[in-house]
Amino acid sequence: MAEPRSYKKPLPRVDEESRGYWEALARHELYFQRCRDCGAARFYPRALCPACLSSATEWVRASGRGTVYTFTVTHQNQTPGFREELPYVLAMVELAEGPRLLTNLVGCAPDDVRIGMPVEVVFEDVTAEITLAKFRPV
Amino acid sequence: MSIWGRTAIAGAWEHPTRFAPHMTAFQIHAESARGALADAGLTIHDVDGFFTSGVGPIGLLSLCHHLDLRPDHVDSTSIGGSSFVSHCLHAAAAIAAGLCKVALVTYGSTAASERFAIGTAGTLVGEPPDQFEAPFGPTVVGSYAMVAQRHMHEYGTSSAQLAEIAVTMRRQAGLNPNAKYREPITVEDVLASRMISSPLHLLDCCVISDGGGALVLTSTERARDLAKPPVLILGGAEAVRHLGVGRHDLLDIAARQSGPLALARAGVRHDDIDCCMVYDSYTITVLVTLEALGFCKPGEGGAFCADGRIGLGGALPVNTDGGGLSSNHPGMRGIFLVIEAVRQLRGGAGPAQVPDAKLALVHGTGGMLGQRHSGVTMILGQA
Repeated sequence: MAEPRSYKKPLPRVDEESRGYWEALARHELYFQRCRDCGAARFYPRALCPACLSSATEWVRASGRGTVYTFTVTHQNQTPGFREELPYVLAMVELAEGPRLLTNLVGCAPDDVRIGMPVEVVFEDVTAEITLAKFRPV
Repeated sequence: MSIWGRTAIAGAWEHPTRFAPHMTAFQIHAESARGALADAGLTIHDVDGFFTSGVGPIGLLSLCHHLDLRPDHVDSTSIGGSSFVSHCLHAAAAIAAGLCKVALVTYGSTAASERFAIGTAGTLVGEPPDQFEAPFGPTVVGSYAMVAQRHMHEYGTSSAQLAEIAVTMRRQAGLNPNAKYREPITVEDVLASRMISSPLHLLDCCVISDGGGALVLTSTERARDLAKPPVLILGGAEAVRHLGVGRHDLLDIAARQSGPLALARAGVRHDDIDCCMVYDSYTITVLVTLEALGFCKPGEGGAFCADGRIGLGGALPVNTDGGGLSSNHPGMRGIFLVIEAVRQLRGGAGPAQVPDAKLALVHGTGGMLGQRHSGVTMILGQA
């Protein structure tokens, strides 16, 4: 686990609408939400279903499998933490369950990334409290 | 009664500066206001409606202080670089509704002299969606790059096709004495420029400059008696896109909603449009915007932008001033789209004049394609 002080990248803010998501990630589990009233799935996590404005929410555990929806190999970013790690792969991964999320692809050469490539989640504990969901080729 | 055609752009002025370390952003706003009011033949005392953006959450108040304005109507709609196009539509509604008589829209920025890396500065955690994005290192250029990657995947669009757009914009910038870059470039130059965020190269990206501009709007009736030929706001529409609940098609951009609605409101068709000013933050922005506006079918943008079609002398000249890709981009370029359309419709675009230009389509994009963004389309025409 990285030392908090040595981790320079932006950290997520854990707020009341998303706490369950971050707590699950810390347990190395990836969750998204589904509306108990209309059944619509959603990511990112939020308190109300945008489809029907219901507050009745269930957390659904994702398989962690998905495919690359799109990506870019980033060669320039001034943000501390990222500027030392260029190039890196920023990607949108479509989970097998449907929702897409922004993430990094790790464990592969940037030039090998392709849209449609099957990937699986890897949990990166970046501080004592925060874990990020990243993905690697299957 | 419809608002369309009842409001005109009576004054338009683009600040010639591209690098102004000796100036403040507010000074550029003020000089631009002076320029646009002089262009219209009006004074600052005629202004009773004020519109601006890019100045901080209550920056409109500071700017009113700076200009000693006491307007009856204000609007600081901030939806990114398209905001100033939006201001024109809102001013059209306000003037038609009698909320104000003379609307001033101003913009000023010293992004270049402050060395602000607009496209590659990265993102920090601000409002709620950011915490699910910023930890992974998104950039503005990266967001557009993911749209480009997706377009290439779905339709086989090539980097060379994107490069053609940059080449065309540069050729047109060569006719604009104020453009930041005027030397011609080739497709090979674009492809050989360093990769910023794949598949976008350095020359697929807009410039970073200082600059600003201003517009003066009033009723069409009053504008007919002013200094310059009025340019009428014939129709317009706004739209917003975002990732929603995580299933959004990245190629379904806001222009797909605002474009057809604006054309319908103006009662005109694509074939009627003589020139088109579309936000060109990146080459891909032009390609997907022209598709989404309906000038060609989804997937045909690469071929559509080739062979000089979007250049001067082509069927649909786009960004005849050289655009953000070569002329200027101080961070929020929407106002320059309107100013160049006004030049064209007044017949005052000099060597970049589109012969007999009577109708122009302006489309501003704000925020980021591939992410939360706005699209504002406006149809302008001669009186």
